Amino acid sequence: MTQLVTDGSAGERLSPRRSLLHRLDVKGSPYLYIAPFFLLFLGFGVFPLIFTAWVSLHEWSLLSDEHPWIGFGNYTALWADPAFWNALWNTASIWVLSTVPQLLMALVLAHILNQRLRGQTFWRMSALVPNITSVAAVAIIFSQLFGRDYGLINWVLGVFGIDKVDWTANSWSSHLAVSLMIIWRWTGYNALIYLAAMQAVPKELYDSASLDGATSFQQLRKITVPAIRPTIIFTVIISSIGGMQVLAEPLLFGGNGLTGGSDRQFQTLALYLYEVAFGRFDFGYASASSWVMFLIIVIVAAINFALTSRLRRS
Amino acid sequence: MRRFTAIVPIMVVALAAAACGSDDGDNQAADDGPVSLTIATFGEFGYKELYDEYQKLHPNVKITERITKTEDHHKNLAAHLATNTGAADIEALEEGWIGQFTANASKFVDLNELGAGDIKSQWPEWKWNVATSKDGKTIGLGTDVGGMAMCYRVDLFKKAGLPTDRAEVSKLWPTWDQYIETGKKFEAAKVPGAHFFDGPTVMYRSILGQAPVGLYDGDNVVVDSNPEVKKAFDLSALAVTSGLSARAEAWTPAWNAGFAKGTFATLGCPSWMMAYIQTQAKDASGKWDIADVPGGGGNWGGSWLTVPKQSKHQKQAYELAKWLTAPEQQAKVFQKYGNFPSTVTLYEDAVIKDFVNPYFNNAPVGQIFSKSVSTMKPQYLGPKAGDINTQIINGLTRIEQGKQNPDQSWQQVLTDVKALL
Repeated sequence: MTQLVTDGSAGERLSPRRSLLHRLDVKGSPYLYIAPFFLLFLGFGVFPLIFTAWVSLHEWSLLSDEHPWIGFGNYTALWADPAFWNALWNTASIWVLSTVPQLLMALVLAHILNQRLRGQTFWRMSALVPNITSVAAVAIIFSQLFGRDYGLINWVLGVFGIDKVDWTANSWSSHLAVSLMIIWRWTGYNALIYLAAMQAVPKELYDSASLDGATSFQQLRKITVPAIRPTIIFTVIISSIGGMQVLAEPLLFGGNGLTGGSDRQFQTLALYLYEVAFGRFDFGYASASSWVMFLIIVIVAAINFALTSRLRRS
Repeated sequence: MRRFTAIVPIMVVALAAAACGSDDGDNQAADDGPVSLTIATFGEFGYKELYDEYQKLHPNVKITERITKTEDHHKNLAAHLATNTGAADIEALEEGWIGQFTANASKFVDLNELGAGDIKSQWPEWKWNVATSKDGKTIGLGTDVGGMAMCYRVDLFKKAGLPTDRAEVSKLWPTWDQYIETGKKFEAAKVPGAHFFDGPTVMYRSILGQAPVGLYDGDNVVVDSNPEVKKAFDLSALAVTSGLSARAEAWTPAWNAGFAKGTFATLGCPSWMMAYIQTQAKDASGKWDIADVPGGGGNWGGSWLTVPKQSKHQKQAYELAKWLTAPEQQAKVFQKYGNFPSTVTLYEDAVIKDFVNPYFNNAPVGQIFSKSVSTMKPQYLGPKAGDINTQIINGLTRIEQGKQNPDQSWQQVLTDVKALL
């Protein structure tokens, strides 16, 4: 581009043909550069979205050749389906249990990593290690830790005289265990995002705060948090969306059972969707629930956005 | 981040599908040209040596096997059939899943059209009928059959002061009630670290498998009205509430470890369970033995080989499936791996009748399972049998976890099953 522009400024008159090419290049090529993403998004994002909507209006068994039209039948059935509401409640519970401590801990971790430390790079890299570990490996190891008879956690509880907990059996214990896996995987990731934002905060602010006798915690609260607020908003929205889609953790925690426990006590929305689609091959119903799930995520993200942008203005 | 992880498997599947579709150098008509056949199985079919043998007999054939976990295998197959691409030339189907596929038989080759009617008499009628759709299309040839026996730990029985000889052990429990009574005696002896049975899943399936009518009567789900289903549920619940369970949920790591550690003393044993025990507890040879199952007979499991319509080599695939399921080959698999043949002609044959398994204290497993299979009453498993069983087993697990009493649990099972239909 620069080449062409300098050519023009050199005074040579461009032929009409070349000038058209030039205009096309300037106006058109940026679209060409971003096209690969949008083409992929069209193929893997938009098309499945629309096709899923179409499927959700049919009685669509994966094994059958005939897919009769049933209008909003799947949606009305979903509205009356206790398993769906149960999954929604579990998802919300696990989301709160995992996201809140995860982001708070990430903030503190980032604050510590932002200090002058020996082996800085090593500590920063280690924060990301849980995130690059395969989710299946994490879930399997945590399932072992939370084992009823031979699990490490029950053994430690036993040392303090606390009875064995059957972690998969109850709602509270299973939600806690699943949340811990999510916290373990995503705390370091968020900490690094915070750390990047923190590096942009002017050092002088901290220096003068230290001179005034502010503690490290006060500095975090009064300087860092207000300064990196946009980043915090970003991570809240991203973890909310992620929290709505939790699948592998509850699936593997329940020993590959699709129902998420004997009473669906830790079945998340995504896991319910998986059960309907690949346990019962009922793609129509699964598509309807994935559309409802999509709408819920949009609503949650919108609420998030409204709340946090009010925070930003204040 | 997480959304992209979903795309990768899709692309892998798409690539694999493309790769599978491209090796169509020859067509249906050419019988003797070089052919490469894929066969998709799960668990352990014991075919490795047989492939070599077949390739020697038919130098133009090249066989590739794809082995997946049972659940995933059937899920993948459903997806491959729906998209009309990616299925192997031969696809194995398991008893618990085949009902879903015979209900949509048009995706498979009707083997009658390739002459399977001529070898029909190899199998008992029921084995043939399970793989046949309502409009008479036969989609699969029978491989193994589960049968049912009772595996028990000799060392734990000895510690509990119970008899250890398999004939005497069989006499302890002609009925399931007596099995539970024996369990109470075992628990009274307080053998450290051990309980009488693993957990309700296997026991429930073993009892249900003995009924002539199970979850389905024809097309109707009869969970709420069939006393046999309630009986299987009640007996398993009673065993749990009597404190006999080691609470090792089937197919979890705790259960797998239990075979070697000896956390449970008995376990319902279809023939394929022998292969499973031997892999889970390699060093426990001689500690496990096999007796008759309470209630007599029964069946759990067994598989079929099918040829999907999308296969480009239907005829050659059928020939291979026919050879693999022939009595001679089934006998070889049984001797090496333990999967019990489904072909009736073998049960009187010495290769089966006189076969003893050294791992299980030289138990005459050929005889035990011949007896079990020849007295079994074939049961129709409907298309949703797998999901219904999951709900019932979840109900038993709720009792075991102390969340509900048997009555509450059964009421919820009925609601949950109704929601599936």
